[in-house]
Amino acid sequence: MKMPIVSIFAGIVLAATTGFSTGESDSEVNAHKAALDLAGAFSNEGFKIRDGHWAGTIKPHDHALIAVNLYAGNQYWFSVGATDAAKKLAVNVYDETGKLVQTEGYNEGEKAAAGFSPTSSGQYYVMVDLVDGNESSVCLVYSYK
Amino acid sequence: MRRVRRSLAITFLLGYCAVIGAEQGRLPADQMAKAIRLDSISIPSPGELFAALEKPGKPNWVDQMRGPVGMNYKNRAQIALNLGGLIADGFIAVEAKDSQQVKNIGTDIIKLAKALGVSENVLSRGNSINEFAENDEWDALQEELEATQNEVKSSMQTHRDQDLVILVSVGGWIRGTQVVSAAVMQNYDERAAKVLRQPALVSFIQSKLNDVSPEMRNDPLVKDVSSELPEVEKLVSFPPGKAPTADDVKKVNEAVGKIMTQIQTKQDSK
Repeated sequence: MKMPIVSIFAGIVLAATTGFSTGESDSEVNAHKAALDLAGAFSNEGFKIRDGHWAGTIKPHDHALIAVNLYAGNQYWFSVGATDAAKKLAVNVYDETGKLVQTEGYNEGEKAAAGFSPTSSGQYYVMVDLVDGNESSVCLVYSYK
Repeated sequence: MRRVRRSLAITFLLGYCAVIGAEQGRLPADQMAKAIRLDSISIPSPGELFAALEKPGKPNWVDQMRGPVGMNYKNRAQIALNLGGLIADGFIAVEAKDSQQVKNIGTDIIKLAKALGVSENVLSRGNSINEFAENDEWDALQEELEATQNEVKSSMQTHRDQDLVILVSVGGWIRGTQVVSAAVMQNYDERAAKVLRQPALVSFIQSKLNDVSPEMRNDPLVKDVSSELPEVEKLVSFPPGKAPTADDVKKVNEAVGKIMTQIQTKQDSK
């Protein structure tokens, strides 16, 4: 599958200039860039990156929990990027009953990702943990195919 | 006897550890209730919905296209709802790989966005949509449509039109659900029908509509849409993993079709 380079670039530019979540700090914008950078790797496998994202700050050993609504039949990758202060991140997915979902994982320093294919449509929760490092700006984006 | 007691104790201990392990992997209800829910990430895009629908087999997307939408709405809520629906139409035209239709819809999106007074950034996206459509860059078009939708919402936030943001999402979701339910009715398949299950999403949309300003909440069209959503929520609340029957799908289609008709045709909405 051809990678929509123009669009990914446009997405990065958009993240850097506007961002749907208004009032983002510079470090959140940088975290967004890191998340898009990681998500871009999945585009090579035909995953489309959602333009929407969540960005915020996480303290050491704390987490953020974000609700998403997914469709059975699709495959998803949840990509997280953070600023340099983060040394290790973890991404986990839970179903609507709160049960941990089995996912494929990727983890490298201030970037991490989790991928899975839901068998049931509905609400899921993405948990982003700051496992190691200092308080950091973190951003979550997701891709689907 | 002592050996039996010991093995019972070990069995109990192992079982207890298993329960603890399972509970550690489970989120408590209060934590789930407090999870972050955002329009930009908690509401799926029409493209995402259509991608799931296509998995069991490509539907006839051309059959799901509709005629041109009115461009003369005066009421801002009605414009925002129709703008959302129009963006979903853009995704349908992309799925149908109909470049002329994509360009027509792109032009209409910009017209409605202009009527809401959104920023110049959004207006320039019309050119990108045309360019991608000319070159049959379908993947790029999908992303451009979503980016356009988000930029419209971003511009609304900047112009303190926060209330309109959720209406764009609602319009898109209703039109997307109308199309998906119609496609499933045309060629029923359990796997495709499963994509219609979204009770939490409808509940989230309802809660966002409850948060809009009293003035917007009292808009006759917004009132009508809000009053129909509890019924839609019931209709899309199938048990997890269970597919709705063909009759269930028809009911969803009728319910969202009724809302879509109001969005398109309601006169003197305000």
